[in-house]
Amino acid sequence: MKTICINCPMGCPLEITEEDGKITVRGYTCKRGLDYGVSEYTAPVRTVTTLMRTSDGGVVPVKTSRPVPKNRMFDVLERIRTLIAPADADIGCVVEHDILALGADIVVTGRPAPHPNK
Amino acid sequence: MTKDVIVIGGGIVGCAVVDRLAASRVSVCLLEGGDDVAVGATRANSGIVHAGYDCEPGTLKARFNVRGNAMLWSLVDKLGVPALKCGSLVAAPVGGEAGLAELKRRADLNGVRAEILTREQALEIEPNLAQGIASALYAPDAGVVSPYQLAIAFADRAAVNGVEVITEAPVTAMRKEDGVFVVTTPKGEYRAKTVVNCAGAGASAVNAMVGAETFDTEYRKGEYFVLDHTERVNVSTVIFPLPTAAGKGILVAPTADGNVIYGPTSRPADADDTAVDAEGLDEIRRSVPLTYARPAFNKCIRVYCGVRSAVGGDFIVRPSEKVDGLIITAGICSPGLTSAPAIAEYVEELVGQRTELLPKEDYISSPPRTPRLEELSEDELNALVKKDSRWGRIVCRCEKVTEAEIVAAVHSPVPARTVDAVKRRVRAGMGRCQGGFCSTRVMEIISEELGIPMREIRKGAGHSEIAVLAVKEADYDEI
Amino acid sequence: MTRFDVIVIGGGPAGMAAALAADAKGAKVLVIERDVRLGGILNQCIHAGFGLHYFGEELTGPEYADRFEKRLAKTGVKVMLGAMALSVGREGEVVVLSPEEGLTHLKAGAVVLAMGCRERTAGAIALAGTRPAGIYTAGMAQKMCNIEGYLVGRRIVILGSGDIGLIMARRMTLEGAHVERVIELMPYSAGLKRNIVQCLEDFGIPIDYSHTVTRVVGKPRMEGLYYAPVDENRKPVLSEEKFIPCDCLLLSVGLIPENDILSGTDIVLSRVTSGAEVDENRMTTVPGVFSCGNVLHVHDLVDNVSHESEIAGAAAAEYALHGAPVTDGNVYAVGVGRGVRYALPQRIHGGEGSVEIFFRTDNVYKNCKVVAECGGRTLWSKKRMIVAPGEMEKIVLDKRDIDGEVTVRLEI
Repeated sequence: MKTICINCPMGCPLEITEEDGKITVRGYTCKRGLDYGVSEYTAPVRTVTTLMRTSDGGVVPVKTSRPVPKNRMFDVLERIRTLIAPADADIGCVVEHDILALGADIVVTGRPAPHPNK
Repeated sequence: MTKDVIVIGGGIVGCAVVDRLAASRVSVCLLEGGDDVAVGATRANSGIVHAGYDCEPGTLKARFNVRGNAMLWSLVDKLGVPALKCGSLVAAPVGGEAGLAELKRRADLNGVRAEILTREQALEIEPNLAQGIASALYAPDAGVVSPYQLAIAFADRAAVNGVEVITEAPVTAMRKEDGVFVVTTPKGEYRAKTVVNCAGAGASAVNAMVGAETFDTEYRKGEYFVLDHTERVNVSTVIFPLPTAAGKGILVAPTADGNVIYGPTSRPADADDTAVDAEGLDEIRRSVPLTYARPAFNKCIRVYCGVRSAVGGDFIVRPSEKVDGLIITAGICSPGLTSAPAIAEYVEELVGQRTELLPKEDYISSPPRTPRLEELSEDELNALVKKDSRWGRIVCRCEKVTEAEIVAAVHSPVPARTVDAVKRRVRAGMGRCQGGFCSTRVMEIISEELGIPMREIRKGAGHSEIAVLAVKEADYDEI
Repeated sequence: MTRFDVIVIGGGPAGMAAALAADAKGAKVLVIERDVRLGGILNQCIHAGFGLHYFGEELTGPEYADRFEKRLAKTGVKVMLGAMALSVGREGEVVVLSPEEGLTHLKAGAVVLAMGCRERTAGAIALAGTRPAGIYTAGMAQKMCNIEGYLVGRRIVILGSGDIGLIMARRMTLEGAHVERVIELMPYSAGLKRNIVQCLEDFGIPIDYSHTVTRVVGKPRMEGLYYAPVDENRKPVLSEEKFIPCDCLLLSVGLIPENDILSGTDIVLSRVTSGAEVDENRMTTVPGVFSCGNVLHVHDLVDNVSHESEIAGAAAAEYALHGAPVTDGNVYAVGVGRGVRYALPQRIHGGEGSVEIFFRTDNVYKNCKVVAECGGRTLWSKKRMIVAPGEMEKIVLDKRDIDGEVTVRLEI
């Protein structure tokens, strides 16, 4: 696979190949690039941040408490689409534990904006 | 119910006409195809109150311009419309003396105050004239006005006095039955004894519907740059180049709201082609430095384009020769804005020849108006805040517009139902951030005040909804 | 007239950090915030990536803001919400309009400007074409999405690859919209590499460098746009113009410090940053008026905003409580040389201790050397594999080494 290293503005173009179980990274300049290339190839993970509907019809921001496998991001989003956060959920409130058995909780990260005239 | 008069078209002319008629005991209805009044040429022009020195003497343009100028300056005071009598200069390079002399000759014949100034004299009026300017024609009675706010003020006063203003009612057909006009729109049929065609770019097409005379209309588009308020201090007056056959040329002018504009171009176009073209902008970039020494294109906050329609060399304002009861206004290009009050006065006279116009006893000549924040003294403002805290909440930070002003615009006689309609009335979103910060709140206010769901709040005409999908309700397949 | 030691204008990350720092020095502090809550733009930045430097952990924007808000709640700092400062006058007079108190005149021993920045708009770049529904700044789309819960388009093109544009490419994708492509005028992105990968590459969103949008079509709703490569003068090559059907164009074409309140004051603004010119305490050219955060210069990391604003807030409190700081009387300008667009602070006082100078380069340079010099002497230098305009750089100097104008430049 091809990607670019995200550790610094250099953005080294990386090419990662696997032969007989041996992973080879080409194109990196420093060790951080090598390590990044290996982890992006073997087990890329991402923190998912999105919105969740609340019980009063609004939205609140949520996140996965830890990164989830990159290829499961849209599964996580699909699951979140079916969830409803309590209208009064505060920052840190866990709406779902261990989502899709991926080891991450879904945590509320913000509050809805109060109405200016209420 | 049959009205006495239907006015077709809610541009500056149609709005001025209904405002005149509203003072009399006649039933009047204004049909506008757009989502609001003042959404055609009226919202995208230079906003200049012309003095009237350049019209060919003896034309309707000369007559209405000169009369309209005088009427307009008193109207804006009465209606509280932003305007500024800042005078105008026609700035000529060496060799332009004959051109200025011709304008001065016309000014004298038209009865317009104007004088030819040397460069030094002109610099006292406008210190930032370009190096190459050798002399200028100064007209002290010229100035600027907010064209859409003037039209809206006319329409609002008309509505307060009983005129029915119907928007999103484009005329699709018109016929005459037993001497009564039947006008068809998507909102229904409307009947009247007299119809005034103020359809602007669509005037010929409206005439054709009822078998009246049609005309060849020439459409020309004009691009503009709008500059930040910070440029206002650098422009004291309206600066024209010498006029050419294509028009009055690319000007530099303050706006009544405290911005500066550069433009317009004058290029042949289709009637509805209000797209800004890069070549038009380039033409302005080349032209402005010829008259003005401090071009500041980097202070641009907006570009826009309007289309004006011309029929021959003069305005057409007269009864139809083919269809009795139809009064035609057409080809109202520059100086149409200035002329509008005088055109309306004449149209009123024409209507009066068919229908007796008795004064309305309960006519309200100065309807209550919501003040702008800048007009209020500290005590006045604090008294308002005490009664309604929304006077203390600024929604549009760039133009300093409070929530109370926006709410008032939404509930004004001709209500603002779209984000752009609010913007034209109170300037929320008109400033340097162009609504980036305030338009979501403006949408919420419209939604709450009028009970329209957020997803149905529109920018302007037609399907111009802004919030096109609700998060998490979006069906992935829908996209 | 109500008097405070320090009035902070703006309750975003800069204003909160400045207020906390001023409070810690014992000052009586007021924060004036125009929104209905504290936090500023952080409230709409629901993505992660904040706080790695300041808190040593990765937070989302609202979480980062919440940490400061909770700290503020434990202090005596007064907060006015829904309130807008209309002017900053001489002698620390601040005129403010608020729903609760109307127009009030407040007086401060020192004022901290922390109003943040605004986005460049379609108008500011004189975008050609029609002006339909569907053209928004990325930040406005972000607010519509993350605060209000609505998407502003289904098929989206993004002009400009600043971080907000990239972040919105991912946000809109995650919410189900289709982001067609990102178009960038420059041959490189002003955004972080991490965002290029995690906001575009992860979702297969293409980016066209050295391209621009030539015109928008559609009325009253956007129907598509034309775009083209640009030549070496950044002028579009119209013969290679291509069309993309789309109903939305998001703009991420630059941020401008929002210093409009300063027009008519004696505060000198930098032509390069559009923010005030300041000394190492972030004091402007008007004594007692300080500036920090994105209203001073646009930052790429909120962590740096917090840090900078603490300097400004603490210095403002010192000024209000004890008067101007004692220095050796010397003031030295900080200038820039080859490859550097601006350096900040623009002037430093002689004395003891260290001083941090932040700067941005004017282009991407590889294998260069950053040099700070004074009177022909090199005060500091470091080799860098790469520097880029999108990433703010920092150097630290010892004040005792400085006896004249300091110049920051690159050896390329």
